[in-house]
Amino acid sequence: MEDALKLPIYMDYSATTPVDPRVVEAMIPWLGERFGNPASRSHAYGWEASEAVERARAEVAALVGADARELIWTSGATDSDNLAIKGAAHFHQSRGKHLITVKTEHKAVLDTMRELERQGFDVTYLDVQENGLLDVDAFAAAIRPDTILASVMLVNNEIGVIQPIETLGRICREKNVVFHVDAAQAAGKVDIHLAALPVDLMSLSAHKIYGPKGIGALYVRRKPRARIEAQMHGGGHERGLRSGTLPTHQIVGMGEAFRIAREEMAAENARILALRNRLLSGLQNGMEHIYVNGDLEARVAHNLNVSFAYVEGESLMMAVKDIALSSGSACTSASLEPSYVLRALGRSDELAHSSIRFSIGRFTTAEEVDYVVRVFREKIARLREMSPLWEMVQEGVDLASVQWSAH
Amino acid sequence: MAYSEKVLDHYENPRNVGSFDKSDEHVGTGMVGAPACGDVMKLQIKVNEAGVIEDACFKTYGCGSAIASSSLVTEWVKGKSIEEALAIKNSQIAEELALPPVKIHCSVLAEDAIRAAVDDYRKKQAGGEEQ
Repeated sequence: MEDALKLPIYMDYSATTPVDPRVVEAMIPWLGERFGNPASRSHAYGWEASEAVERARAEVAALVGADARELIWTSGATDSDNLAIKGAAHFHQSRGKHLITVKTEHKAVLDTMRELERQGFDVTYLDVQENGLLDVDAFAAAIRPDTILASVMLVNNEIGVIQPIETLGRICREKNVVFHVDAAQAAGKVDIHLAALPVDLMSLSAHKIYGPKGIGALYVRRKPRARIEAQMHGGGHERGLRSGTLPTHQIVGMGEAFRIAREEMAAENARILALRNRLLSGLQNGMEHIYVNGDLEARVAHNLNVSFAYVEGESLMMAVKDIALSSGSACTSASLEPSYVLRALGRSDELAHSSIRFSIGRFTTAEEVDYVVRVFREKIARLREMSPLWEMVQEGVDLASVQWSAH
Repeated sequence: MAYSEKVLDHYENPRNVGSFDKSDEHVGTGMVGAPACGDVMKLQIKVNEAGVIEDACFKTYGCGSAIASSSLVTEWVKGKSIEEALAIKNSQIAEELALPPVKIHCSVLAEDAIRAAVDDYRKKQAGGEEQ
């Protein structure tokens, strides 16, 4: 029933998710009467907070197949990425100053690498293939004798593709390279079993999986031990690796979110995949010239990134203002550059400008998907009627042959 | 991005969307911008014997501000002489639509489109006289 739909419809779960009501419930006592500082060793307020923090740590560890002692609380994935990359680079710099990453990484990794370049490190930014996946041979070939660290995300935030981190990790092990994985978009979406994965450092976030914003964790392997240098100094919390008073309520929330994900992930992924397939086939039926960005197989269930050719992304977002989405269009970014991720796939600037990221989640319904399909069909038709490019294509003009006036 | 009411109005109800026959000697066609930059505007003017623009239409691939700028320009040039149309400045378009600084290029493109359409019309007329 369309009139029962609550607008705007949220289809931007890769940006952030609502906190699950069960998580909110679990957090509230730790804001009120149970407010103790987990670092207070001398009274019951501190003891109960500390116990809650450790229970949450065990829940986070259980979802990713790690030992609880391998997790360090941070403020989120950006914090974790900075700590992992700068921390490992600084620790190992006497061994070499070469780092490897990928052009489609999140800015939290890319900008951290840029900062290390300013500090004298040498960084290789690898290309991806047209499907968004890293070429394993190219990765192996990029490793040099002075390479100390590689950082590759597990799931891409824009196109949802899943990188082959197990293979990449094995290569790193052989060559004695520290391997960091940003799993902010992956935890709770794909199976992760760190006990068996050759990964040394992994960044985790709570707010992408129905936990609160402002809390994350960094996995630091114990055997073989991954060594990093602290970036935040202070009271020596988290074994000295990340100082700062632990936010008990946030941590409890992350623990509860990870517990729910562990128990419900399999069923939830199946439901979400069915919704995504419904969305994609709905868009493909009755619309030409739409292109899926990124591999459709090696991809998380909740992401669909599509370019609607001959329609500019920002004007499309205006047309579908009842639907909360992201676009790779330059006009929606502060930099006025179209998505660097789509450009790294070799997509033309034009298709990058025309891209929309749909990300669906726990609270998305089939009715919402059907509404979105209906609105998109209608608005794409309207905007194409208004598009000189669409008119030229209909007249049989090859747009690549046109001399455009640069501006 | 917050849009002004005028941008939203032109975007929701664009004026004069469409195409004239490119080969008509009274029609001037201006196509400016590039798909790679995210904006392409096509502006067409129909000029009568007295040198007055009696009709105009557009098609635009671009953001909401680009669509609004071209829609506004079709309204403004109608009923104007060619010289008057050429006197329209991008700053007037930007002011009318309250464009933020990052969208000023949309108004520049709309001004360029007027010039391109007039150039095309004049070329056609000059060609016609020579024959």
